[in-house]
Amino acid sequence: MIAIIDYDAGNIRSVGNALDRLGAEYELTADPARILAADKVILPGVGNAAEAMAHLRERGLCELVKGLRRPVLGICVGMQLMCRDSEEGPVQGLGLFDAHVRRFAEAADAKVPHMGWNALGNLDSKLFRGISGGEYVYFVHSYFAGTGPDTIATCRHGAQLFSAALKYENFYGTQFHPEKSGSVGAAILQNFLAL
Amino acid sequence: MVAKRIIPCLDVKDGQVVKGINFEGLREVGDAVRMGVQYARDGADELVYLDISASREERRTFVSLVGRIACGIDIPFTVGGGISTPDDAARLLDAGADKISVNSAAIADPSLISRIADKYGSQFVVVAIDAKCIDGRWTCTTHGGSRLTELELFAWAREAQQRGAGEILFTSMDHDGTRAGYADAVYARLSQELSIPVIASGGAGSIEDIRRVLTEGRADAALAASIFHYGQISIPELKKSLYAAGVNVRM
Repeated sequence: MIAIIDYDAGNIRSVGNALDRLGAEYELTADPARILAADKVILPGVGNAAEAMAHLRERGLCELVKGLRRPVLGICVGMQLMCRDSEEGPVQGLGLFDAHVRRFAEAADAKVPHMGWNALGNLDSKLFRGISGGEYVYFVHSYFAGTGPDTIATCRHGAQLFSAALKYENFYGTQFHPEKSGSVGAAILQNFLAL
Repeated sequence: MVAKRIIPCLDVKDGQVVKGINFEGLREVGDAVRMGVQYARDGADELVYLDISASREERRTFVSLVGRIACGIDIPFTVGGGISTPDDAARLLDAGADKISVNSAAIADPSLISRIADKYGSQFVVVAIDAKCIDGRWTCTTHGGSRLTELELFAWAREAQQRGAGEILFTSMDHDGTRAGYADAVYARLSQELSIPVIASGGAGSIEDIRRVLTEGRADAALAASIFHYGQISIPELKKSLYAAGVNVRM
């Protein structure tokens, strides 16, 4: 069973829909016991990082997520919450990934939000098994984590290289939306389910 | 670099995709979910579904259709038509829409943009603008182009951005339906003046029209309806041609 953490942080239904298409069983839950019992945990999230963090804290889930030993996948703002901190707020994150989240600088060749399909590079994880560098996935975000020791995929927006995905031990995060990234995204989710 | 997007637009009534033909009436072209799945498979980057229902009952049907679309397709989609309150937007978000577009209601009450964007994020709010050029001034219209407003296109687009719009979808009523190409120069100026993505709509008749609006027109995305629905241009063929012409598209 996969637990999708339900903490009032945007369009979480689309992650469930993607798991349905893969034939995976899941539940939307904020119940600590259900999250602890799950084989895999997904922390979705869209919108404002500081608000999302507040919602997670209100539900008393911060320490619980940090203590999980099974594979955890943060998506978009979910991934950003797993970083050290974010300029959006600013807000302290869970500190699972050694990364700081900051806002893109607007430029003629880099509109903000970074919205649309962009190519992955420097893939370095089982999460990307069967995926080649240069494959496109869907991004929607104005804030990004820079590259660092936990980076397992990169992407470029204008002049800015950033982490498209992060990993530390059993914790994974994607800045892009695998649930909205067509067959490439479905393969990445499948890889996560197979961890 | 972020790829230029190709976006088929589907006008929906009673769960069916329809397209107006010369204002004479509506012709059904197919099941909304099935067509969306097919477009996603063909390589469409996003979809836009516009609810052209007239009544409240039909609107309710649209929300349940949005739920079925969200289950069926694995690319982002925007829904629009008749959204006039944050609650309307919330119902569509809950049904699984990735973005909503607001048009006439945002002109009637510009605070609608910020009220939705503050709650659900700018990435969720597309501001659609229909305008026509009158005596050299691009004038915004509402209600499908039937009513003129006082607003000037570029000023309104800047205000929409400032109020929290995540994207501008501009349709030139002068080009819509002509299949003679997009209003390239207008998109180039919008793109210059705005920091958010611009979606071009209205006038697509050929692959060359789409190539031009994405290059000279500097649009971030090209939207079209009938040329896709009636099979004049297939998306794989379009993408291949754009790629060969050096346009950054997702293959």
